[in-house]
Amino acid sequence: MDIFIQQLINGLVLGSIYALVALGYTMVYGILELINFAHGEVTMMGAMVALAVIGALMGVAPDLPGVVVVLGGVLIAVPVCMLLGFGIERLAYRPLRNAPRLAPLITAIGLSIVLQNVAMLIWGRQYIAFPPLLPKGQFEILGAHISVLQLFIVALSVTVMLGLWFTVQKTRLGRAMRATAQSREVAALMGVNVNSVIAATFIIGSALAALAGVMVSAYYGLAHYYMGFLLGLKAFSAAVLGGIGNIAGAMLGGLLLGVIEALGAGYIGDLSGGFLGSHYQDVFAFFILSLVLVFRPSGLLGERVASRA
Amino acid sequence: MPIVNYLRARPRLALVLVAVLLAALPFLVGAGLGKSWVRVLDFALLYVMLALGLNIVVGYAGLLDLGYVAFYALGAYLYAWLASPHFGLHLPFWAVLPLGALLAGVFGVLLGAPTLRLRGDYLAIVTLGFGEIIRIFMNNLNAPVNITNGPQGMNLIDPIALGGFALSKTHQIFGFSVSNAHLYYYLFLAFVLLVMFVALRLQDSRIGRAWAAIREDELAASAMGIDTRNVKLLAFAMGATFGGLAGGLFAAFQGFISPESFGLMESIMILCMIVLGGMGHIPGVILGAVLLTVLPEALRYVGDLQRAVLGHVAVDPADLRMLLFGCALILMMLYRPEGLWPSRQRKRELHAEDEVAAHESASLYDARG
Amino acid sequence: MRLAAASALLAALFVAAGCGQKTEEAAGTVIKIGSVAPLTGPQAHLGKDNENGARLAIEELNAKGITLGGKPVRLELVGEDDGADPKTGTVVAQKLVDLGVVGVVGHLNSGTSIPASKLYADAGIPQVSPSATAIAYTAQGYKTAFRVMTNDEQQGKALGQFAVKSMGAKKIAIIDDRTAYGQGLADEFEKAVKAGGGEVVAREFTNDRATDFTAILTSIKGKGPEVLFFGGMDPQGGPMAQQMKRLGLNAKLLGGDGIQNVNFLKLAGAEAEGTVASLPGLPLDAMPGGAEFKKRFEAKYGPIQVYAPYAYDAAYVLVDAMRRADSADPAKIVAELPKTDLQGVTGQLRFDGKGDVTGGSVTLYQVKNGAWAVLETVK
Repeated sequence: MDIFIQQLINGLVLGSIYALVALGYTMVYGILELINFAHGEVTMMGAMVALAVIGALMGVAPDLPGVVVVLGGVLIAVPVCMLLGFGIERLAYRPLRNAPRLAPLITAIGLSIVLQNVAMLIWGRQYIAFPPLLPKGQFEILGAHISVLQLFIVALSVTVMLGLWFTVQKTRLGRAMRATAQSREVAALMGVNVNSVIAATFIIGSALAALAGVMVSAYYGLAHYYMGFLLGLKAFSAAVLGGIGNIAGAMLGGLLLGVIEALGAGYIGDLSGGFLGSHYQDVFAFFILSLVLVFRPSGLLGERVASRA
Repeated sequence: MPIVNYLRARPRLALVLVAVLLAALPFLVGAGLGKSWVRVLDFALLYVMLALGLNIVVGYAGLLDLGYVAFYALGAYLYAWLASPHFGLHLPFWAVLPLGALLAGVFGVLLGAPTLRLRGDYLAIVTLGFGEIIRIFMNNLNAPVNITNGPQGMNLIDPIALGGFALSKTHQIFGFSVSNAHLYYYLFLAFVLLVMFVALRLQDSRIGRAWAAIREDELAASAMGIDTRNVKLLAFAMGATFGGLAGGLFAAFQGFISPESFGLMESIMILCMIVLGGMGHIPGVILGAVLLTVLPEALRYVGDLQRAVLGHVAVDPADLRMLLFGCALILMMLYRPEGLWPSRQRKRELHAEDEVAAHESASLYDARG
Repeated sequence: MRLAAASALLAALFVAAGCGQKTEEAAGTVIKIGSVAPLTGPQAHLGKDNENGARLAIEELNAKGITLGGKPVRLELVGEDDGADPKTGTVVAQKLVDLGVVGVVGHLNSGTSIPASKLYADAGIPQVSPSATAIAYTAQGYKTAFRVMTNDEQQGKALGQFAVKSMGAKKIAIIDDRTAYGQGLADEFEKAVKAGGGEVVAREFTNDRATDFTAILTSIKGKGPEVLFFGGMDPQGGPMAQQMKRLGLNAKLLGGDGIQNVNFLKLAGAEAEGTVASLPGLPLDAMPGGAEFKKRFEAKYGPIQVYAPYAYDAAYVLVDAMRRADSADPAKIVAELPKTDLQGVTGQLRFDGKGDVTGGSVTLYQVKNGAWAVLETVK
């Protein structure tokens, strides 16, 4: 039983990380119907910038408490990524807003490659270790271990989700976002500055990506210029699972994907009598994803939109 | 350009010229740039085949498929199973290649059937999952029974050979030394022409028009009496067949396959070729495939270029190669969002909106005036 | 118009390429040696490390001066990127053959070394891989394929025996990263453990991009192993060590050359303590010239990732054979290579009939006070 609870915790923490990245994906998609493939790379940039700042801070003021140093890293990484998100939208997506649907996909992939290689030029090809600055305390619940950092990650992603939901549902900007998502033309006619709304979406999404990046590298203890790709892919799957474009869906999708992966890796071997092992973890995850989509073609919480040509 | 106009008026002469050029290309390239470029050409042809296959699914029928490389893998592995020491089977290529294409086609239908209701990005993610699932199985099926030899890959795959004439060796023909890269070039070229022919015929057939109808509006298409289920499945099956064929050729050419050749990035690159070249337009797709295969190789020479221009190597070419590749992708798309060589119809559709918009704003002024 | 500009640029690149080739061919006393490794993509850090190792060797040899057939010659290293992709690997191999290299240090991965070895064999050019460990690489019967690294079988066996005998483990869990390297090593390790009377209580898997191992570690914890063997590299090994501690899994972590490096220490942090890992050959510090090599390398390129010393040795092996042949003719170098008996920084280098290093001794290290300390060397 303690093993099952531990696996559940493992899955929830992993899922919260997916959710944090998936929220950024889903926001952009909700408004532009565009898969921002470069989102994973923004996450990577967040981690890299934060690490650079943390390294510098530790050099300048070695006596600062760890949490403050990490906070310093976050405080720089978030605006840098916001700027990056703004730039990405401006340079690679805005000119293509009326282009064929797949054109922005190519610029997104191009951007991913560019960002990876820029990061490689700046920070080198090595894996960079995240210094052990954060408290390592942990609790034991029913024989399962959970650390302060893990709790913090789960709490952060829930907070971010609620914050986003509030922004989209209750604020002026949120209303403009929803209007833009429904119809850019009509929103513009109603006096919504569509360009600023879309830019704002990218900026918010990128800030979330930066947060996620720092969390991921702090939790796993490393960062690397290639880390964004797989993370982005998993987060994208999570967003689709939950119903892309839907904020609660991204959270649900992320958590589900995390739990499915953990339970899959943990139990697939026992369930199949040793025939399949944890190397089929992703097969298991993709299989469930496909199954959900076959029965609910717009994801778990996605709205059934009319067919779009 | 006067030459173009001259040739346009004489299509037969143009055809002969193209044929001569294609036949002489490997020797020209081999002499001018080195034999490695003949190998690059071979891979370019292989990718043309793949891109044309995927174009049926994405370009004709409008089904976004991110797992296309799975069919390529299936074709390659089937070739390896039936023509390598792994199971001790050494069937001839003319038996194995069609089987590989068939297997891939069957899997195309298997993938297509459950995903008929899915659209756009949802379809993309399921196909992506399918691609990964196939790769993961190939990577792991070395135990309990060794089927794929797992991550170690399968080695010593038989080359394509007719009678005693193996394409894997260098032959002396009319005093010319013709290497295996040259021989495979002609083989691949023949297959590309075949695939091109089929793709062209399909495009203008009843089925091709049904695909276009589905792509433009699925609901309307089914209202017009098109059996969308069968037509979509056929698109998946046809695309997959070409992928399987290319996979078999790849296995024979390389002599070694391992799961790392069939990753997600490969699917994405093939999709890029189509979109970059001009979706649904065969010459565009071919251009895209050739360009994206040649470009990363050409960018290896940025070191030499720096040396020629600056006199020394300022930035390590390995650092720059993929960076420039990414920039090229972005720039090409920004300047030609409809693709580098789109079909005339598609180009018109895209620019029609601009015209309408211009017209509307003009009439707005009229109303005001 | 834009298309014209683009094609002009492309044409310029080709011309530059052509020029580059010609000028280099004109200088007849320059002898080219190739080095191939992934310089882009997720394994780029290892690839650059290999290239740097080979480069340092070539620079040293040039500084000392080499004469072949009575004439002084200069060596040039041509570094190429294969992106760890088998297809690109063959294109690059052909490129090196075209450029007229007399030998190749590489490739880094087994997956690229194997298809490339066919091209080198056809061209009669010697290939010395510093890091390809798959048994299949030298089992193809090519006279041109060599390696200065022990293969999976040699190292896996040494590790398996060590786990059962020296560590006295009864219950052993195994994780591998499903790469040719990790899976090959883990399979050989498993065989050796079973042969030695140990019990494999869990066999779990991850991949070479993963960072989260909590699920498989939790399930391993339930089986209560004393030793956890990981077949894979440091980017996974580091976080794995941390997550083991976090989950309260008290098995001892054991690994191969993939985690026996400075990066692992950094990535695992304090949790690296007590980890045991092997490295083929003899300890670098114990070898004549080893400490010196390390100092020079790190002054120039920063810390050694993993295989730089092997790439360095591989380059020396090639040039050594070249000297004995007193010729830069690849055929003569290939003929001399099997007779190699060279004191390298990773050990005494000799080849068996297949091209594998013989008597491949394997040294085991343990992390003590944040640094790798030698435990023992096994034959």
